[in-house]
Amino acid sequence: MKYGEAFAVPGDHVVITTDTWTEPFWQAAKEHRLTACQCGKCGTFRMPPTPFCPECQSQDTLWPALPGTGTIFSFAICNRSPFPDVADFIYVPVVVDLDGAPGARLVTNLVSINAEDVEIGMRVQVDWNPIQDGWVLPIFKPL
Amino acid sequence: MTWINQDKTAIVGIGATPYYVRGQSYPRTINEMIGTAILAACDDAGLNVKQIDGFAYYSSASAGYTDKMETASIMEMLGIPEVTFTATLTSGGGGSAAGAGLATAAIMNGDATYVVTVMALQQLKQRLGTVFGAVAPSPENSFLQPSGLVGPGHLMSVLARRHMHLYGTTRDAFAEVVISQRENAVNRPKAIRRKPLTKEEYYASPMLADPLCRLDFCLETDGAVAIITSSSGRAKDLKQKPVYIHGVSHGGRREWGRAFGWMGMPDPYFASSGHKSVADRLYAGAGVGPQDIDVALIYDHFSAMVVMQLEDYGFCKQGEGGPFVESGAIRYKGGSIPVNPHGGNLSEAYIIGMTHVVEAVEQLRGTAINQVADAELALVTGGPAPIPVSGMILRRA
Repeated sequence: MKYGEAFAVPGDHVVITTDTWTEPFWQAAKEHRLTACQCGKCGTFRMPPTPFCPECQSQDTLWPALPGTGTIFSFAICNRSPFPDVADFIYVPVVVDLDGAPGARLVTNLVSINAEDVEIGMRVQVDWNPIQDGWVLPIFKPL
Repeated sequence: MTWINQDKTAIVGIGATPYYVRGQSYPRTINEMIGTAILAACDDAGLNVKQIDGFAYYSSASAGYTDKMETASIMEMLGIPEVTFTATLTSGGGGSAAGAGLATAAIMNGDATYVVTVMALQQLKQRLGTVFGAVAPSPENSFLQPSGLVGPGHLMSVLARRHMHLYGTTRDAFAEVVISQRENAVNRPKAIRRKPLTKEEYYASPMLADPLCRLDFCLETDGAVAIITSSSGRAKDLKQKPVYIHGVSHGGRREWGRAFGWMGMPDPYFASSGHKSVADRLYAGAGVGPQDIDVALIYDHFSAMVVMQLEDYGFCKQGEGGPFVESGAIRYKGGSIPVNPHGGNLSEAYIIGMTHVVEAVEQLRGTAINQVADAELALVTGGPAPIPVSGMILRRA
C-alpha cells in the first residue's frame, strides 16, 4: 500500500505536562539534547522518568547526553488527523530503542520518509519539533 | 495448587440492556441502563433487587472512560437498603474476567451474599476509539500522546506489527478472527454486525492504523450488562442452573506493566497479550489445561489481540497463533476450540468484556444461541490492557 510522505503531528496541537521527575528530560529537549533518565547508583535506565530506580530504588538520577540515534522497535501507519481542525495527513508513530540507554524507548513520530518504506530495525536519528508552550518534542528521521 | 475457593461460588444471574450503536442509546441515561441490567439479572436469578448487598466492579468502577459507576447512586435508584461490600479492580478492561473473582473474595470472606458486577457504556460526547487524544496528557502520558496514537486500536497496532515482524504473522490471521466471529453473529438478534463477511470485503476495509483496518477494530456500542455472584450453596435455591466459578485470576507481570500505555515491554512480552502469568496461575488453580476448555470467550477489542491471547492461554505456542487460527481451529463449526460463538466485541457488541461473561454462562446453562455441544468448561478472558489482566474458568453444574 502506498501512503506517501510521513509528517509529524503538528506541533501547535501537541501539549505536554511535566513533573519533578520528567522535567529534566524536557528541559534538555528544549536545548536539542537527547537524554534519558539513568539511575545514579546502579546505572539502570528508565523511561518515562519516575521517582525511584525500579532496580535498586535509588532516587539519584543522571541525565547523560545520548548519541541521538536509535533503532525502530515497532511502528504503526496512521492516515487520519487526530484533530478536528486539521486535514487528514500521514504519520508514523514509532517506538525507538535509544542508543546509549539500554531498555529506554521513546514513542514519537518518524518523518522524512515515505510511510510504506518504514521497517522494524531501521536506524534513525533524532530531530526536533517545537510544540506548545515553548517545549520541543524529539522526533526521528532515517539515519 | 488447587484454588481454595474452587466451585464455592457461582454466577446465578445475568442481565443486559439491548446493545446500541454508539450514541443511539440516547435518551436513556447511563444510570438507567445500569438499573435495567441489574434488574434483569435479578429477575434472571429469581432475586428481589433489595437482596443485593454487594458490588464488585472492575475498570476502577468507571463506565467506559468518561462515566463513573457509584454504588450509592445505584442504591438510591433501585432501593437497595444496605451494602456490606463495594470495591473494584483497578485500571481498565483488563480486569473484566475477574469481577466475579472479586465478588468471590467478598462472599467467601463473609462480607456479602449477592454481589453485582456491572459495566455500562454510553458514548454520547466522546467516542472510545479516539479517547486518548481527547484528554490532556499527564506527565507520564506526555511520553506517548504526542505520537498521535489516539486510541486503543492505534496503540495495539504497534504490538500487532511486532508480532508480524517476529513470527511472520500475516493479515490473513486477523482476517480469520474477524470473519469467523462475524459468521457466529449472523443468527444473533442482538448483534450489531450480522452480515456475513468475505475475505475480499475484509481486505477492502480502510486502514485506520496499519497493520489494523477498520474491521480489526471492535464495535463502539452503548449498553449495560450485569451479573450476580453468590455462594454455590445459595445458588442451588435460585431460579437458574448455577454456573460455578472453577478458577479466576487477575494481575500481571512488570514486564507487561502499563503495556501499550508504556511501550517499554521487552520481547517476548511486547508482542503478546500480557496474559501468560495470569493464564498459568488460572490453569494451575483450576487443575485443568487448555486441552480441557470446551469454549473460549476471548476479549476481542482488536483482532490481533485474539491471536496473542490464544498463545498466552496455551492453545498454541507463542508465535504460532497466526497459522493456528488460519487452520480453522477457532471456528464454531468444526474448530478444535470454538472462540466467541456470540460474535464477540467485533460483531455482537462491546461492553468492555461483560458480553463474554454472559455468553460463557449461557453456554454452560446450555441455552446459548450457538451452543457448543456438551460444553462443561468455558474460559473467559479480560482485555489485553494495562495491569490487571484477568481470566476465569467457569464450570457447568
